[in-house]
Parts: sequence; structure tokens; C-alpha cells
Amino acid sequence: MIKVDGISKHFGRIKAVDTISFEVQDQDNLILLGTSGCGKTTTLKMINRLIEPDSGNIYINNKNIFEQQPEVLRRSIGYVLQNNGLFPHYTVAENIAIVPQLLKWDKKKIEARTAELMEKLHLDANYLHAYPNELSGGQQQRIGLARALVSNPPVLLMDEPFGALDNVTRSNIHKEFKALDELKRKTIVMVTHDVQEAFELGDRICLMDKGKIVQSGTPAELLFNPANEFVEGFLKDQRLQLEFKAVRLRDLWGLLPELYQDQLNSSSLSSDIDLWAALESFKFSNEEIIRINKDQHTQKLVSFEQLMSAFYQYKQAMA
Amino acid sequence: MMEHQQTLFEFMGQQADKLAMQTLQHIGLTFISLFIAVLIGLPLGIFITRKVKLSGPVLGVAGILQTIPSIALLGFMIPLLGIGARPAIVALLLYALLPIIRNTYTGITGVDAAVKEAAVAMGMNKWQVLFKVELPLAMPVILAGIRTATVINVGVATLASYIAAGGLGEFIFGGISLNNTNMILAGAIPAALLAIIFDFLLSRVQKLNFKKIKAGAYGIPVLLALLSSFYFIPSAYGGKLTAGFTPEFMGRQDGNLGLESKYGLKIHTIVISDAVMYKAAFEKQLDVISGYSTDGRLKAYDLVVLDDDKVIFPPYYAAPIVREESIRKFPDLEKTLNLLAGKINDSIMTELNFRTDYLHQTPERVAKDFLETNKLYKPSREGNAGIIRIGSKIFGEQYILANMYSMLIKGYTDYDVSTKTGLGGTKICFDALTNDQIDFYPEYTGTGLLAILQASPATVTRVTKNKDSTYNYVQQEFIKRYQVKWLKPIGFNNAYALMMRKQQAKNLNIKTISNLKRYLNSR
Repeated sequence: MIKVDGISKHFGRIKAVDTISFEVQDQDNLILLGTSGCGKTTTLKMINRLIEPDSGNIYINNKNIFEQQPEVLRRSIGYVLQNNGLFPHYTVAENIAIVPQLLKWDKKKIEARTAELMEKLHLDANYLHAYPNELSGGQQQRIGLARALVSNPPVLLMDEPFGALDNVTRSNIHKEFKALDELKRKTIVMVTHDVQEAFELGDRICLMDKGKIVQSGTPAELLFNPANEFVEGFLKDQRLQLEFKAVRLRDLWGLLPELYQDQLNSSSLSSDIDLWAALESFKFSNEEIIRINKDQHTQKLVSFEQLMSAFYQYKQAMA
Repeated sequence: MMEHQQTLFEFMGQQADKLAMQTLQHIGLTFISLFIAVLIGLPLGIFITRKVKLSGPVLGVAGILQTIPSIALLGFMIPLLGIGARPAIVALLLYALLPIIRNTYTGITGVDAAVKEAAVAMGMNKWQVLFKVELPLAMPVILAGIRTATVINVGVATLASYIAAGGLGEFIFGGISLNNTNMILAGAIPAALLAIIFDFLLSRVQKLNFKKIKAGAYGIPVLLALLSSFYFIPSAYGGKLTAGFTPEFMGRQDGNLGLESKYGLKIHTIVISDAVMYKAAFEKQLDVISGYSTDGRLKAYDLVVLDDDKVIFPPYYAAPIVREESIRKFPDLEKTLNLLAGKINDSIMTELNFRTDYLHQTPERVAKDFLETNKLYKPSREGNAGIIRIGSKIFGEQYILANMYSMLIKGYTDYDVSTKTGLGGTKICFDALTNDQIDFYPEYTGTGLLAILQASPATVTRVTKNKDSTYNYVQQEFIKRYQVKWLKPIGFNNAYALMMRKQQAKNLNIKTISNLKRYLNSR
């Protein structure tokens, strides 16, 4: 658990971060969302002490980070940068091995762990001896992620991790990101200015402006109960898509009809996914039905119309 | 001329020992200074990336050092560090500093900020960031700086010979003084090759991939240290006394070659420019120097001329040389010029030179004082019976003589005078005379014999037995060939000479060059 308690940071006369507090629950994914210069990146960098705050405290698992040696603290926090920050003079394998070497792991352990991550991130083992500039942007970003994950730190900080990627690559990586079991166990703080990305990847969102948090909550809370006009305005673009992304199938579970009819050729979806992903799976043929699993024993079979009707009821209940 | 012209390869073959030694010295000088410059410049460059406020002043000072002309910088070093290797190395290292500091600074500040941030964020401490990230990534730029510094140093190191630090400059500047093209090339070609070779090798190092540079980072200091040690190999000998000879003296038959062949003199010798030679002797950094017997600094620094008892230095008696046509045109000229004949001996000339060169009195004043003391001075008659054009070469003694002649002509005749002083060298002066640009100038018998007549060695040996035979020979030949007349000698002999400090010569009981040789051979 990360607890940020009233931190502030000035750069000269400018207040970059103004008395901010928030908490991130274990294994949650918190998004710091906002426009350029709102203080989100500064806030992120104070968590691993790349920037030292002027006042306030930060606790990770109830330990004050300012009472720890910065180098030691940082080795227990994964960090992913927008421009990957891979060492151009190190091979992929050496890049991934940086933190384990600082932690003095033995060679065998490093190799085994590297191989495991390469496989999980769908990277060919042939790339291990390549240099970063020989890889594509998407591959570089995956190596950056592998480097952050290699020592299995409980906390991961990500600064616009997918900001430099094209849309196609980014949406592919988003899918992998959500599917990666390593990430599900991590407490993540991610900075982005991309509202869609925030809604797609975040359990909770802190919307920031001018160094302050304007509203924090789940994507649905921000969308259906905006604190003020700023929040509403910020989420105005492609609102329908955001709404679909903010709602998980699990949220609609009670509103879906009980159907026991068996259909052999239908696809099966987890109730953890959002509505947008569920809608994407429809092929829009006649009488089409999708299967949703809540767990191994409970499932429902739903048509497009039933799903949309449930969403409509949910939205009315939220308002 | 009439004999077989020596080729460059013959010269290099003949001088192979010297060439090898100078080349090693050159490499040594270049790399000792480079090594120290890297030791200072690299940490300083790193330091100013941490204290950016200091980067302006540090780079500014290094930049100013770079703009000081090399000769001037070497000159500044002499009062501080004397002569020899030390000032040369310091001067060279100051030149090498700027490219190294600047490229280190540029290289490190040019490392991608995201990469540095990643390094810190992964938990590297500042030393790990420096050695694992910043230096390896900045290395190509830093090496480019070292490469620039190396090429600069190879070039500037040729000047080190001016302050007796050796190197290929000995041949280059010796060759220039002696007008010996082979000698110039024997120094210049290896120096150029060194620059090209080192530049090439360093460019290869630069292109090595990042991995190998990590190993190279340790290899380069070792290599630098190794190359630096070259300097000490040739200079690992010494002697009882140390001689400092000009590059010109080193290569002349009536110089060091004659000392070796006729006297069998073997002395630990370093090559040095005559601008600093006298002072170095005075400051006991040198014991024996090659100078000119009427140089004012002889007196200023309390030196004594050793007697040339086997006569290897040809006589350089000074006398005015006049166009025959001018003698006919100005009938009173010859006897007026001869008023000075036999009036100035070596010690008087030295004294007069001392007053201009060292006390910085004007040549006019020195000339007038002398004429008045000797009751030769007469006020100008303001005559206008014709203009006599006086020439002189570009050094103090000639200025004094030209002024004396000018005063005598104005005082004793009705002619007016125009002086064309400061004619660059013997050739310029003599050409002006034969082309009717001037009527006369003071010349030296030895110069007439060797530089103008370019007499064969056999003739030189024959006619330099005594001062009169030399004078008679040049007088005859000049009339015959150029219709130029040598008037009566003024009296002094401005010849090459070996000199020592008066006190030391007295203590060691050395009066002649043979005495010197005997002392050196004794145990």
C-alpha cells in the first residue's frame, strides 16, 4: 500500500505540486491523469525520490520512504519511462539484468528470470543479445517493462509508459498489459494524459490540475458523478466510449437476465472485462449470444440488446 | 652545389640516431602532456557537469589558454619553470586541456536524460551512474576531444625545441636556420606522420563498439603511460657539463660538427633557441653555450668567450662593403667610412650591443656617445651634394653601425643620407646593394665567404686560417664578381663562439675549447 500524505513541491516560484494526498491499495492500479504541467509526473517521481518534496510524507507499506536510503528504496520500486530509457550501450539481456546485478543476484538466477519474462512479454530469446536501437518501439517498451519487473518489486511506477507508441501498437500492448499476471499482483501508479488509456487500465483515477487533485475515484465515479465542471469537461470527448470502458461486466451482473440455454459456438468472456471489450466481441449476426463467466460455475448467456439494456439501467441508477 | 647534392634519404640515414631519438622525444612529449591533460581535464570536465555554474568560467579559462600563441606560452613558462622538458610539458598540457574538458562536458551533458533518469531510478548510486552510464556513453565524444588534443600536441611539440625540450623541432628549426631543406623535411615529415598515425589510431578506437570501449577505457591510460615513457629513454644520460646550442649551430661545419671533428669535443648537448640561451646559461641551467662573440648579453650575463685555439670558427670581421660605382660618384665616401676602421674591438662592440640590447638605449644615442668619446663626432653640415643610401641588417649591432656612418657622413662631407635599416637578412641586404638600392652596408667576412660567395670547403679551409687571408679573399672575389669593394675592417670579429659563465670557467680553469675538452675527458 502506498500512502501519499500532503506532499508539495515548488520549482522556483511555481507550485508544481500543492499539498497532495492519496492512497493506493495493494495490487491496485492508480492513474494520475491530467494535462501537461498539472504536476502528475512530479508527483510520481517523488514516490521513488527522483524528486525530493518540499514537505509532506510518503509511506510504502507503512514505511516512511524518506527514512530509507534512496538507492535501496529505488531498487524495490519498478520504474518505466515514456522513452523507455534503455541503456543504448547494453544488450537487451544486460539491460534487464541491471537491477538484479545491483542486488547481486547470481548469474543463473538472472538468466532464468530473464528468460521467463521474455516469454511472458512475447519477446523472442534471439533479441537478448541485440542492442535496443535494433528493436522496434513496441519491443523497446516491453524490454523497459521487463527491466522494471525483473526483480519482482511490489510497486511499479510508470511515467506515460505507452505515450511514444503508435495507436495500433499501443492498443496491442494495452491488451497484453491487462492480461499479464505479473502486473495483476503489483501496486501500480501510472501517469498518463490519455483519458481512454486511463479508463482502460485504471482501477482508480486521480484527475489533477494545477498541482492539485480535482477528483479521485473509480472511472465510473468520475464519469457519472463528476465533482465539478472541470472533470465533466475533461471527460467530454468520446464520452460514450468512456462510459463503455468505465463499466465492467461484473457491475452489470445483477441487471442481466438469467438464461440457461446452451449455445455451442458462442465465445466466453470474463466478467472482469469492461463493456467496451464485450461489445467488441460481437460479430453482429442474427440471434448472436455471448457467454460471460463470473467464475467457473456461474455463467450467463447474453444478447447484444440485453447487454445494452442492462447498461442503460445501470447508468440511470448511478445518476 | 658543385658536389653531389645530398638526398633526403641520405640525410635521414646519416642522422638515423638523432632522428630516432627526436621522434621518441616527440612522442614522449606529446603523450606525457596528453596523459597529464587527461588526468586533469577528464575529472574537471566531469566536475563542471555537476556544478554547471562553474562550466562557463572553466571553459572560458581553458579557451583563453588555447588562444595564447604557442611561442608566447613557451616564453611565459621560462621564468616560471626554466628551460627543458618541464615548461614544454606544462605548455603542451595547457593546450590539450580545452578539447578534453570541453568534450568531456559536452559528452556527459549530451547523454540522453531518460537514460540517466532510468539509471538513477533503478537504484544506481552517483558513481555507478557515472561509470556505467555517463562515461561509456560519452566516451566517443571524449575520445574525439583526446584525438584533437593529440594532433594539437604533435604540432605544438615541434616548438618545444625552442626551450631545449627536444623533439622533431630540432631538425625543423635547425633546417630553417641553415636553409637545409633535407633537415627541415627530416623533422617535418615524421612530425606530420605522427599526427596522421595517432589521429588514425584514435579514430579507430572511437569507432570500436561500446563494449570494447569499456576495456579500452583501461587500456588507453596504460598505452598513454607507455608512450609517455619514450621521453625518458633518450634523455637517460647526462654529463659533467651541459651545453645548449642553437639548431643552426648544431648543423654547421663551423659549429658543433667542427667541435666534434676538430676538437673531438663530446658534451651532453641540448638544442635551444638563442632567445633564451644566454639567460639559461646565466641561471646555471646550461654550462656552455654557442653565442656570438659581440653579443651584448655576453656582458649582461657575465659570460666569457672560450678561445678557439684550433680555429674552427671562421673570422667574421665586420667592414663596410660599397658599390664601386658609388665610390666613384661620392669621392669623399671611402675615406669617411674608413674613419671608423680599427676603432671598435670585440669588447667595445659587446659593450655597445649591451647598451642597446640590454639597457634598451637607442642606437642613435649609443652611436653618438661612442663618436663623441672617440672625438670623431662633428655636427651635421646639412649638406646637399647628393644622397648616400645606407643599408643594415635587422639586428642591433648593424643599427648602431649604420647610425655611426650616417653621423660621420653628415659631419665630414656635404652629402645627405638616407638609411634603409632592417633589411631582413644577408641575401636581402646584398641584393639591395647589387641592384643599386643602397650604396653600402656593414658585412662580415665569414658571411661574405660562406653565404654570399658560397666557397667550397677546400677554399674555406684554405682561406680561414687567419683573418687577413679571409679578408683578402673576399675582397678580391667581390670586386671580380660584383664590383663591390670591402673597405677597411672596423676591428671587431663577430664570430661564433663557445661561452661559459665567467666564474665557472675560472673555477675549472677553462680558457680555451681545448681546455674544455680536457676537463670533460678527465675523470
